[in-house]
Amino acid sequence: MDAIASPVVATGLVKQFGDFTAVAGIDVEVAPGEAFGFLGPNGAGKTSTMRMIGCVSPPTSGSLRIFGLDPVADGRQIRARMGVVPQLDQLDNELTVMENLVIYGRYFDISRSDVKAKAKELLEFVQLTEKAGSKVDPLSGGQKRRVSIARSLINDPDLLLLDEPTTGLDPQARHVLWDRLYQLKERGATQVITTHFMDEAEQLCDRLVVMDGGLIVAEGSPQGLIAEHVRREVLEVRFGYGRNIEMMPAVDGVGDRIEVLPDRLLIYTDDGDASLSELHRRQIVPESALVRRSSLEDVFLKLTGRTLVE
Amino acid sequence: MNVTVQHRISSWGPSRVYLRDWIYFKRMWWSVLIGSIVQPLMFLLGVGLGVGELVDQGPEAANVLGDTSYFAFYATALLATTSMFVLAQESLWPTMDGFTWSNAHQAMISTPLNATDIVFGKMLHYAVRGIVTSGGVALVLALFADTRSFGLIPAAFVGMLTGLAFAMPIAAWTATRTTDNSFPAILRFGIIPMFLFGGAFYPIEQLPTWLQPVAWCTPLWHGVELCRGLVLGGLSLGAGLGHLAVLLAFIAAGILAARVTFERRLRP
Repeated sequence: MDAIASPVVATGLVKQFGDFTAVAGIDVEVAPGEAFGFLGPNGAGKTSTMRMIGCVSPPTSGSLRIFGLDPVADGRQIRARMGVVPQLDQLDNELTVMENLVIYGRYFDISRSDVKAKAKELLEFVQLTEKAGSKVDPLSGGQKRRVSIARSLINDPDLLLLDEPTTGLDPQARHVLWDRLYQLKERGATQVITTHFMDEAEQLCDRLVVMDGGLIVAEGSPQGLIAEHVRREVLEVRFGYGRNIEMMPAVDGVGDRIEVLPDRLLIYTDDGDASLSELHRRQIVPESALVRRSSLEDVFLKLTGRTLVE
Repeated sequence: MNVTVQHRISSWGPSRVYLRDWIYFKRMWWSVLIGSIVQPLMFLLGVGLGVGELVDQGPEAANVLGDTSYFAFYATALLATTSMFVLAQESLWPTMDGFTWSNAHQAMISTPLNATDIVFGKMLHYAVRGIVTSGGVALVLALFADTRSFGLIPAAFVGMLTGLAFAMPIAAWTATRTTDNSFPAILRFGIIPMFLFGGAFYPIEQLPTWLQPVAWCTPLWHGVELCRGLVLGGLSLGAGLGHLAVLLAFIAAGILAARVTFERRLRP
């Protein structure tokens, strides 16, 4: 894949703020039409990376090309083709939904008549047509998010950056948003998404990197990472707070690998039901037991030894 | 999507930035104009007429003010001071809003706009705000025989420039702040003293000699002198151009500083 065809190519990318290193040298290549994720806990360097890609934060060192252009020298040209959904909504609460979209569209030099037509179309897309004349302030968190998404699409972007798009939303609002993003992907828009929600990454991303402490610790498709790093299923058992570690020797060998958390044991196995039967055969009776599919959360735990803080 | 748009970069960036301020201003320009008429009227009645009566009867009045009435002397200064107050405030809280509360400036630099567009867009906003303010004062002054003059028209623009000479440096400083804690101090210890010592209430020659150079360094004194000269006469061309040059220098320095601080703030 040549550099021009890939919307984002980063090599040895570093971002420092004084003595603090936010991004410690990462290599990333995002293919056209791909939904690419940066996954990691708070402070992993996701947002700093995103701001460099968004041309609003110059890299300290390393190379970064967006659409084959230099984000420092050609920032304007790049941003003209990019849509950004920031972590915190940057909407004008006192203005109407329509005014918010029109003002933003004018930043891209879109003519008045085009921007109004485009805004109407986008409000339909995010199912907020009836809110066009309403102020932003009284809207729900999910509705504001959808206004932000509509706004980010005002310039028909070739690349869409979404920084924690569903943080702070209730489950229903998240699903509405995921549905819209999935539709956008089907239309061929390249998306770069940061999230600390594993289920979100599994839902939205074709490929992702797991970041921790400013570095990439794993890379692959969600299914590929699960297959590579953990077993197919997890048996979660609870013996009561603090007693879990004592039970380690007793459950040894029930699965392929055991992870101890303060409140539960995670037993990684190809067959969760069989492992649970083995526990019962050994006459071990936990307070509760649950078999589930492995997720990216488990991959993260294995790679970093820590759970994600939500 | 059915509606397609071109990926273009505007050469009218500042006007795009200003569009947002304009939409807000459009809703309240009437109250801004009324405010800039009522406030100077109160000062005129309270100080211009009241104190004026006292001063004009004083034995030294003619030595200090020449044949100008105290009312005219004080009223012409309001062209500059009112715009200074309004634009100093405008370059504090409402400008901070774009960096922290609404984050409008962060949103702007995610588009083809850059920090310089934002600086000039804000300046456009201050200028419109300033000319409406000084224009309101000029309308009031046109009501009184002592100050009725065609000089009020250029003086209103000088009033606006005086406001900008404050707004641009203050906006540059605002961009370096993360909270508004120190903003009231700017007004209390920066703007109010200038109002008192900048030649609005009395000629600065009345100040102790060691304080006079301080007045020369403030943009307000230059704005006041120029407004007064344009309306009442008695200012040489050289002095007038000198005052104008000082105002423009403050504005230019503010623009240069703001371009740096806005860029640093928005693109860390």
